[in-house]
Amino acid sequence: MSIEFFVRLWREKRFGAIGGIIFLVFLVCGLFADVIAPYGINDTNLQVRLQSPSWDFLLGTDHLGRDVLSRVLYGAQLSMVVGFLAAGLATVVSIVIGVLSGYFGGKFDMLVQRFVDAWMTFPDLVLLIVVISIVGPGIPQIVIILGFLYGIAGSRIVRGQVVTVRETMYTHAAQSTGASNMRILIRHVLPNVMPVIIVLFTTRVGATILAEAGLSFLGLGVPPPAPTWGSMLSGTGRTYMYLGPWLALAPGLCLTIVVYAINVYGDALRDLLDPRMRGAR
Amino acid sequence: MQAYIARRLIALVPTLLFASLIVFVSMRLIPGDVIDLMLAQNDIATTQDRERIEAALGLDQPVLTQYFNWADGVLKGDLGRSLWRNTPVTEDLLVTMPITFELGFLALIVALTVAIPTGIYSAMRQDTMGDYVSRSFSLIMLAVPSFWLGTLVMVFPSVWWRWSPPLEYTPFFEDPIANLSHMIIPAILLGLSMSAVTMRMTRTMMLEVLRQDYVRTARAKGLSENMMVLRHALRNGLIPVVTLIGLQAPLLIGGAVILEQIFVVPGMGQMLLEAVFQRDYPVISGIFLIVGIGVLLINLLVDLSYGFLDPKVRHQ
Amino acid sequence: MSTNALLRLNDLSIVFRTDRGLVRAVDSVTLQVDEGETLAIVGESGSGKSVTALSILQLLGEAGKIDRGQIMFADDDLTTFSESQMRNIRGNRISMIFQEPMTSLNPVIPVGKQVAEPLVLHRDMSWKDALTEAEALLRTVAIPDPRARLDEYPHQLSGGMRQRIMIAMALACQPKLIIADEPTTALDVTVQAQILALLKDLTHATGAALILITHDLGVVARYADRVAVMYAGRIVESASAMDLYAEPRHPYTQGLMSSIPSLDGVAGAELTTIDGQPPDLANLPVGCAFAPRCKYARQACNTTPQLTSITDHHHWACHGYE
Repeated sequence: MSIEFFVRLWREKRFGAIGGIIFLVFLVCGLFADVIAPYGINDTNLQVRLQSPSWDFLLGTDHLGRDVLSRVLYGAQLSMVVGFLAAGLATVVSIVIGVLSGYFGGKFDMLVQRFVDAWMTFPDLVLLIVVISIVGPGIPQIVIILGFLYGIAGSRIVRGQVVTVRETMYTHAAQSTGASNMRILIRHVLPNVMPVIIVLFTTRVGATILAEAGLSFLGLGVPPPAPTWGSMLSGTGRTYMYLGPWLALAPGLCLTIVVYAINVYGDALRDLLDPRMRGAR
Repeated sequence: MQAYIARRLIALVPTLLFASLIVFVSMRLIPGDVIDLMLAQNDIATTQDRERIEAALGLDQPVLTQYFNWADGVLKGDLGRSLWRNTPVTEDLLVTMPITFELGFLALIVALTVAIPTGIYSAMRQDTMGDYVSRSFSLIMLAVPSFWLGTLVMVFPSVWWRWSPPLEYTPFFEDPIANLSHMIIPAILLGLSMSAVTMRMTRTMMLEVLRQDYVRTARAKGLSENMMVLRHALRNGLIPVVTLIGLQAPLLIGGAVILEQIFVVPGMGQMLLEAVFQRDYPVISGIFLIVGIGVLLINLLVDLSYGFLDPKVRHQ
Repeated sequence: MSTNALLRLNDLSIVFRTDRGLVRAVDSVTLQVDEGETLAIVGESGSGKSVTALSILQLLGEAGKIDRGQIMFADDDLTTFSESQMRNIRGNRISMIFQEPMTSLNPVIPVGKQVAEPLVLHRDMSWKDALTEAEALLRTVAIPDPRARLDEYPHQLSGGMRQRIMIAMALACQPKLIIADEPTTALDVTVQAQILALLKDLTHATGAALILITHDLGVVARYADRVAVMYAGRIVESASAMDLYAEPRHPYTQGLMSSIPSLDGVAGAELTTIDGQPPDLANLPVGCAFAPRCKYARQACNTTPQLTSITDHHHWACHGYE
């Protein structure tokens, strides 16, 4: 991803570029939350509870007197970490399944695809809920589950691209020169599947962030007192929202903006790298 | 046409098998200490009860037998008994399923009513302001978490206007008005988030169709834009959209879980969440299975309707 | 200009907005088609012939604009017509047949309905009556068992049959002018002759004029009364078919003629081609667009040649050569 590419992105798809920048801002804020946050995430101070936004507390305080802004910043950190790790794992899983299934074809492919079909009939959230009910909550578990869930679903897209590449002349040519499968996979197939993979990763980040938020909202995500954006909108927080409506705004708004930004960025990326993917989920 | 239906049904079988395997395996993965947890939660402490639970979960027999017993039970409509309430899962499901179904159905209507005309309009007026607005709107809807919208709808009207959405469920046949006024808000929210993807797909499909040669022929015959879209373009453009609706069915169910929670709709979603917190595994796996089968059925219906809509498929 | 003129294009110019700027696809085209006459417009792809045809019915779409000139149909200038006025003309008084019958017919509507549609639209017929009429139309285009065909879909018919359907559709309202844009290019060679003969017979029988767009000179010879040769958006030569074949004057026309392999030529002889590349419409040379490929090119060719007459009915755009 050279400099020219990003320049082109800025010129031709400014909207997407801005999305990418906004996402980057959130990412940086999240990563440096320890430094930026004015207060700690658990600094309770009952004397200042339920205060509306002010200069002291830019986003107000919650029912325990904790600074919402600081919690939101840490929430960013959590969302980003989980989002990236899960999306990364998902991409790896998608690549492995998609490449193996697509390249080797035959009965193996058919079997795998049937499995993927079956996997995809289950709604994302339901699958997540069921698996979490078995393994319990926690960051590693969530990352792994999200990774595999979206990984299996995304393998379809990778496989499609691999199949296309497999059918091209130069793969046949490489095979006829006696190149080993491994070599062909790495030197021919993978570079051509790269654009798809890059776009896939970008879109998965948004999806995993939303999924984690949903789980947190239901109480099945990263366990308290971790201030994930999802959990800040649920649980005990909710009853106090009627008294302090600003509590309902910040986490949800952050989620929306971050996901919107990365989606728009992903769209622009896809348009530039591989317009044929338009319409894929 | 019969052959087509038969082929679709046969293709269903392996997927069904795999799906049932997924459910079954998930059940078997319950770690031992979780059973201890269940015991602790359910206030039973004896080893007999532990054995009873294991037997209830079928964990005391060889794996293959377990699978066949379970599958056999499922085919007879037996999904086990709830560990918490000791009632048959099937019975409970029969109560909650229609409710979730109603929610989903209403949401689908909302989604289609919003998405399809918007998508068509966007395609016909590509790159105009109207197009950008609707595309931006759908992009936003894709990013907005449904639980946030639901929360906002609960909180802000109460703060501003002292009004709250109704949170009490009344069965439809008892009092349709009360029932609908309870369900309509979650249905709208669910429908809106569904409409985002549907609208984008409709737009893409219609753009594709509008580029086709037969559209040019229709214009050359003297048809007005609107009539041409209605008579020629729509039938072609909507075929893939029907498939998309089928693909959206899983999203509907997933979204329903969250919205049922917020708006206190006693459907399958609520049942699932309750079961998760109670570690009521028979219930969890029962719902899991039913959801899977439900989605497969919807996909089958969509596939079959394809044969109805697209003459090329019919004549294969 | 003769008084039977049905359609007259006067100094027609069409520009397209493309990624590479404004492209002049059609430049100062002046043409005439008389009633009942068959005019062939010949040229390579990119010569502007299809664009000219589409512009007559204002089917250019968003990107193309008529820059200059008039399209006189009987006494009306079609360039001044509103969209609803044009809709009245399309499929009714002027019909068009396209190149690809498979994609030009709607795949999900039975062909009978598609043929009947212009009748319902322009003649205010009921669908029932229109379908009866459609059956008769299918018979005139020599489709076997027309009654059964009415309910069939395009993918169930062969390429030749589909094109016949298109012709039936075009004839439905008995137009005065039919524009056929490369009607046989996508068809089997064996079928091509049949379709063209059919087209010719039917236009003859109904007294309709026919504009035949093609790149195939063989077609021109057999079916056209008059011919116009286009290059880079301009007309370079126009004449009666007989004159054009007897005495092609423009170097481009000569090149086209001589590149047709002849049955009584020498076996094993090389095919003659026209040197050079087809013109890039976004980067046309100053002056005559053909000059870069013309063996007679000289100083004068730096100015654009206008269409001048050699005889009353034979015109060309060239600065001449020895």
